[in-house]
Amino acid sequence: MGAVFRPYSPSDSLQSDRSSGDRQRHREKLRRALKENIADVISEQSIIGRGADSIVKVPIRGIREFRFVFGQNTPKVAQGDGNSEPGQKVGKVKQDSQAGDGEAGNMPGEDYYETEVSLEELVEIMFEDLELPDLESKPLRSIEAEYTHKRSGTKRVGVRAHLDRKKTVKNRIKRKFAKEKYEKNSAEDDGIPLEEEIVRKRFPFEKRDFRYHRHKPDIRYESNAVVICIMDTSGSMNVMKKYLARCFFFLLYQFVRLKYQQTELVFIAHDTLAKEVSEDDFFHRGESGGTMISSGYQKALDIIHDRFDPTLWNIYAFHCSDGDNFQEDIPKTLALAKELCGACNLFGYGEIKPTGGVSWGTPMLKHFDDISEKNFTTLGISSKSDVWPKFKAFLSRDRQKSDSSIDVFDPTS
Amino acid sequence: MGRSYDVKDLQMWEARIFEKVQEFGLNCFPQEFELCDHVQMLSMMTYHGMPSHYPHWSFGKSFERTKTFYDHGIQGIPYEMVINSNPSIAGLMRDNSLCLQILTMAHVYGHNDFFKNNFTFRHTEADLVVARFKSHADRIRGYVEDPSIGQDAVERILDAAHALSFQCHRNQAIKRLDRSEQIDRAIAKSEEEEKQRKITATKIKEEGPDLYKIPLEPDANILLFIRDHNARLAEWEKDILTIVHEEALYFQPQMETKIINEGWACYWHREIMNSLDLPTDIHMEFIVRHNQVVRPIPGDLNPYNIGLALWDRIEELEIGRVRDHNEDKQQLDTREALFEIREVDRDSSFIRRFMDREVMEKLDLFEATPEHQDWVISKISDDENWKFIRNLLATSVGLSSIPVIEITDCNAHGSQTLQMRHEFDGRELEANYAEKTLEHIYTLWGRKVVLETMMNNNKTRYSFDNSGLSITADLIDSMYPAFDYP
Repeated sequence: MGAVFRPYSPSDSLQSDRSSGDRQRHREKLRRALKENIADVISEQSIIGRGADSIVKVPIRGIREFRFVFGQNTPKVAQGDGNSEPGQKVGKVKQDSQAGDGEAGNMPGEDYYETEVSLEELVEIMFEDLELPDLESKPLRSIEAEYTHKRSGTKRVGVRAHLDRKKTVKNRIKRKFAKEKYEKNSAEDDGIPLEEEIVRKRFPFEKRDFRYHRHKPDIRYESNAVVICIMDTSGSMNVMKKYLARCFFFLLYQFVRLKYQQTELVFIAHDTLAKEVSEDDFFHRGESGGTMISSGYQKALDIIHDRFDPTLWNIYAFHCSDGDNFQEDIPKTLALAKELCGACNLFGYGEIKPTGGVSWGTPMLKHFDDISEKNFTTLGISSKSDVWPKFKAFLSRDRQKSDSSIDVFDPTS
Repeated sequence: MGRSYDVKDLQMWEARIFEKVQEFGLNCFPQEFELCDHVQMLSMMTYHGMPSHYPHWSFGKSFERTKTFYDHGIQGIPYEMVINSNPSIAGLMRDNSLCLQILTMAHVYGHNDFFKNNFTFRHTEADLVVARFKSHADRIRGYVEDPSIGQDAVERILDAAHALSFQCHRNQAIKRLDRSEQIDRAIAKSEEEEKQRKITATKIKEEGPDLYKIPLEPDANILLFIRDHNARLAEWEKDILTIVHEEALYFQPQMETKIINEGWACYWHREIMNSLDLPTDIHMEFIVRHNQVVRPIPGDLNPYNIGLALWDRIEELEIGRVRDHNEDKQQLDTREALFEIREVDRDSSFIRRFMDREVMEKLDLFEATPEHQDWVISKISDDENWKFIRNLLATSVGLSSIPVIEITDCNAHGSQTLQMRHEFDGRELEANYAEKTLEHIYTLWGRKVVLETMMNNNKTRYSFDNSGLSITADLIDSMYPAFDYP
């Protein structure tokens, strides 16, 4: 009695990707895990300022399957090469169970997967459950941007390229059946069986069968947004502070970019004088000088005036500074900030004070309390890990504000 | 190498192998071979060789992992994958050379014989395995598709059940007493104690056994216990627990017999290959491959190496000399002795019975202890320590690598708290894993769960309830050492 052999068939192999469903599910879970520690990823990775299609490597904790297992501190029996002596070192204690460990889940330790995700995907994951506050649907701010065609029904005349082949063939078949039936009926009436002849007859397309796609213009409305990044580059802004600012701008830019088809970026660097600079200069230029925040705001207002008409553009302005401003400049700053609020959808001020620096609650942050405009927010960032939660809070706080503004039962209104 | 072959060649070689299998008296299930490519092989490995298996994300994880290792060349794919079923099903990788295919087929017959005859496999019902796994798969898919249950709910139970699947009785050959028998035993024991008390004339009268306690005797079958005693579980949830438990029972013997089973298959593939009159090129390749498979892996344990060494030692003791496996033909009466051992032993008993100092020295077995980041050899197999190392090995193979957790009570003082005890044998639990696993138990039990164990030489109680985890070390004992009053 011989064994049964099942020969290899490639088609079976193609069909038998049995694990695809389970792999899919596993990826979903990994993605969720990635989302959970996205704050770490953002603050640790040098993803800021990269192109959208660049790939970033993100270490995420694998999904572990827990069981009762023994700890690592128990002795084990192993084999040597024949000359084992007490005291010899034989390999490392496994901290990571990444390297070939046969029994899944038998070895505790951190399972770190390095997944590659595109920046695009990462941003998508980040903002999956965030909404842009007061995303205005001002009709004026969207412009008729694209003019394309969309199919809509059919017509009887047209150019060959627009031929609706399916409808055309259907029409012919319909006509054929109708004709056959008619001929059969009339033949029966006449008492002459002509069926076979009818079947064999050629039955070409006729002009009345043809149908062409009807096209109608499709207007897409495009909304434009501009993110104005204003940063203090005075002498007191060190590398760490700039890095934190950069993180924040990165998030803001990525976020706004997701919501609008076209997003422009404007970088304004200021010390006592403001200058519009390139992205590279903005983040890398050396710092010097004192601080006149009003100069930056004035520059922003000028740029808005010259290039970004608030009726056409959604404007987001954000200013990062360490809050040391010339005392004399403060009134002017506040006035200009109010003006900016009027022009922008959202204007934010972030004060960056790494921990261990000067004490909290600096003049600027306090002075800004006087501004009561709804679309103005302030926040303080003190460390890397602050960036993401603060950013989230920044958006959600604003949402609450806009919610309350439409609350009809508000007793104060 | 590089011979081309087709299914006909394989059939021809299989026929010759099978002739030898019968000649040697191996007692096998009918065998089926499937030719597959490496992706199919990876799938087979992922689902433990089962033609159909229920879905769960952990298999996706395992597949990705093995595939990554394979693609990066960290890990090869085993030559063979064979499952314990009747008929036995084995996969042959179509990219392998003819020699490897012949070797694999011979090896598979060794496993097949072991599956059919070893006592640990008796409860696995090999005739029905494939159908049973299919039925499990269908049921679980049904629950996933049921709109009132859905994937997330099924996963929640499966995740928890997987965490506990191997928390069950270790030896399926030992009959468990049912409740009334346990009551009888408890009463008998208490009567015996009463007699003893009269003899020793202690004044304090012991209370009789609490016959209403559930479980009366500690129960290691956590999944089944929860299934039978948590009335809040829905029928489908109970069914999932049953399914996971049944699958664990099916795989338990394979974990218990890794060394003896691989050793047996290696022993017989060598025997068969040597008796086949292979063409020289194939024979040379066979020797290379065979030695790759059974070579020792320094710093680790290679079950093929240890298993074969032990079987060789048994044979050597049986016939009183080392046999040249290529020239010297095997004697019938040695075979009988080997057959008996393959029937009645599992890894731990196999090691205890047959691992002597000579083999251990040959295998260069040692005990290593972790010091900081390194494993450092602490004892080698010398006069003083070889027995110690042997016992350590015997207690760390197979299911002994899984901590014994028993349920001691589920309703003390009407609290419906699930009380568990870790049978401490000197090895501590991995705390983080224990905490997370306890959470899984809580998922299934739905009320407070408590686990007693030893951590840093202190009795420690982990408990998990709706307010989360709490840990209490038994501080009193450690701070105030108990005094023995005279």
